[in-house]
Order: sequence, then C-alpha cells, then structure tokens
Amino acid sequence: MKLLRILATLLFAAIAVSPAPTFAGEGGRTAKPVIEIANPGKCVAPVDEMRRNHMEMLKHQRDRTMRQGIRGEPASLNACIECHASKKTGSVLGSNENFCQSCHSYAAVKLDCWDCHQPKAGFKATGVKP
Amino acid sequence: MTAPQEPGSNPRRAFIAAAGAGVAGLGFTAIAPGLHLMAVGQADAAEVRKAGSAASPAVRWGLLIDAGKCAPGCTKCIDACHTENGVSEKLPDPRQNSQWIRKIELVDRRDGRKTELPMMCQHCANPPCVDVCPTGASMKRADGIVLVDRHTCIGCRYCMMACPYKARSLVHVPLTEQNPEVPRGQGCVESCTLCVHRVDRGQTPACVESCPEGAMLFGDLNDPSSAIAKRIASVPTTQVRSDLRLNQGVRYQGL
Ligand code: SF4
Ligand code: SF4
Repeated sequence: MKLLRILATLLFAAIAVSPAPTFAGEGGRTAKPVIEIANPGKCVAPVDEMRRNHMEMLKHQRDRTMRQGIRGEPASLNACIECHASKKTGSVLGSNENFCQSCHSYAAVKLDCWDCHQPKAGFKATGVKP
Repeated sequence: MTAPQEPGSNPRRAFIAAAGAGVAGLGFTAIAPGLHLMAVGQADAAEVRKAGSAASPAVRWGLLIDAGKCAPGCTKCIDACHTENGVSEKLPDPRQNSQWIRKIELVDRRDGRKTELPMMCQHCANPPCVDVCPTGASMKRADGIVLVDRHTCIGCRYCMMACPYKARSLVHVPLTEQNPEVPRGQGCVESCTLCVHRVDRGQTPACVESCPEGAMLFGDLNDPSSAIAKRIASVPTTQVRSDLRLNQGVRYQGL
C-alpha cells in the first residue's frame, strides 16, 4: 500500500506539472498519460484529493457496502465509470487513453478491480440458459 | 463476522458430526441442472433502506419455496438468476459452470412420486461456510444474507466443502460480462446473494419475481406481519436437513 501511495503521488506530481496531457511537449523524451474524461467537473472530491486518495476512498466504501450493506455512498466504482468511461469505447479500460488504464499503466500499478467489476458504463449482462 | 445467534439456534459445533453424513444423506436421487424460479406477486417487497444506513439485525431475509407449485421442467428462475447476476460463461466442462441456483428432483423410491424444487444457498443462521473460511471472506450480513467478500476470498474452496447444500461455485475462467451491480471474477467462490443489490433497493430476488407459478415467497422472517412469516406460522414448512441445525433462511413447503 505504501509503495502504491508513493507511486501514485509520483504519478500525480508528474501529471500536475504537465497540464496538457499528451507527450511532454513535442520532442519531450518522457511519455505522459493521456487522460480522457468524458464528463469533467462533477467529481465527488477535488482533483488533488482524488489523485492521492481514490484507492483509499474506494476501499473503505467497498468494505462498508459489502460488509454492512451501506448503499448510496458518494465514493463508488460504478459512479466513477459513469463519468470517466471513454466516449469512444464506453469503458475505463481498453487503451492507454482510457481513464483508469492511462494512469495505471503509466505508473505501473496493477489494476485488479476490473477482474471482477464491469469496466463499461451502462453494461447489461444477458446470462445464459442453464 | 458473526451476527448474534438467534434464540433457539444451536451452537455451530453441533452440526459438525452430522455434516459428515453430507449430501449423500439428503436422499436426493437426481440433480437436474435445469431449473426455474418461482415468484409471485409479492405483497411485501423489501423496504428501501435509506442511503447511508446499514443492514439491520432486526430483519432476517428469507425465502419460502412451495415445491408443490414448482412446475416440472421449468427453468425460469435459473434463467432469471443468470440474467440478473450476469452468469454468462459456458465452460467446456459443464461441471465447472457456476450454479447460483439449480433444480433438484426428488424421487420417492417407494412409489415413484417426483417433486422438483429450486435449491440455492440456504442463507444459514449458523453457516458452516463462514465457520471454515480462513480469511473472513465468507460472511453473514446483519440481515441474515450470507455472502462472499471477493476482495478477501483466496479461492481455497473450503467453504464449498463445508456447505451441505453444494451451494457454492468457483469461477474458473476470466470474465468480462459482469453486471455492474454484481461483480464476479476468476478465482473467487460465489453463491446466491439473495439478490442483495435488489433487496437493498426494495425489490425481491430475481428468481422470486420470475416464477410463473408463484412458488417462491420472499420477505422478512422476523416481521410477524410479513406474508412469509404468516405463511410459516400457518402451514407446515421444512428446512432441508434441519438435523444439521443450521437454521436456514430458505424454507420449503410441500416436500
Ligand atoms: S447454504 Fe451453504 S453457502 Fe449458504 S449459508 Fe449455508 S453453508 Fe453457507
Ligand atoms: S474459497 Fe474464499 S470464501 Fe470460501 S473459504 Fe476460501 S477464502 Fe473463504
């Protein structure tokens, strides 16, 4: 967790100094994450706080929802997807421009959430006949 | 992890010897993987809990299944469950497919009388799956719903061994078709959640809603004025393998 924090902080510091999120200036040698936000400006907390603490917020919320059954909290993975899924792919994953994947691949922090959670906004599963 | 024991329920250890008898002792002669749900117009859907409030121990969610009404060959409840919970994978070895709910056929060997019923996690008040879990992932919520917290499940499958009802399945392959409200993925064990995401917003489980025969009744066992509590108070019902004294939240009628 500590390592994750340090990485995340480093990453966000990197983003902070490059407000035009593409490659660090034409000719820059360091690739920067390209972050596509479909619905900007509606986040549950200021950008700085989200960058540093989103994993903590989600972890505590997930435990309260899972263990105590508390619903409707502001921090919610599904709510993240609703705003941050790419307009092109409908997902927060898929290419290095998509919201979650862009930073996480840049920072080399493994994303486990999407092994179980659905990364596409508004996805409807169909299920199979037994 | 353990909710308060209900009065009259037995200490957990008591069932261990009996559990040795295991599923073979159930007397079920055939397990049909097909199934249906049974639901009828439910008078007392769950009340919508206020956002931010926790599940209450005053409530105990339960199901009453009328095996007499369950139509032979019908699989509507299974279909509804799979759609609701995004169970969409079909594996080359069908024994590895997840079964959140399945149809069981009971045959009385003396006279050949057949009864079909849907079987799923029985939401035991004294759940052996919770007792054995080494990580605390297998848990019982305050309102009696037994769940797997996949964030801590390591896929060891002890709970699958411990469950007398074969209610749990391991997900064997990577998944991509999850419903947003029902996260599930490879390497974790899962079972019927009593559609906890629906119950928390005041709906009944998908199986209950889908049953054309009205064979399933969902409600609060602790509320004497609920339809389910009234029915249990007035007609004979059974908990399957009640000798194990797990005090299941799922009860059957007409067995
Ligand atoms: S039926 Fe099986 S999985 Fe469900 S609570 Fe009982 S022991 Fe656990
Ligand atoms: S498979 Fe998961 S829920 Fe079951 S006993 Fe092991 S850790 Fe617990």
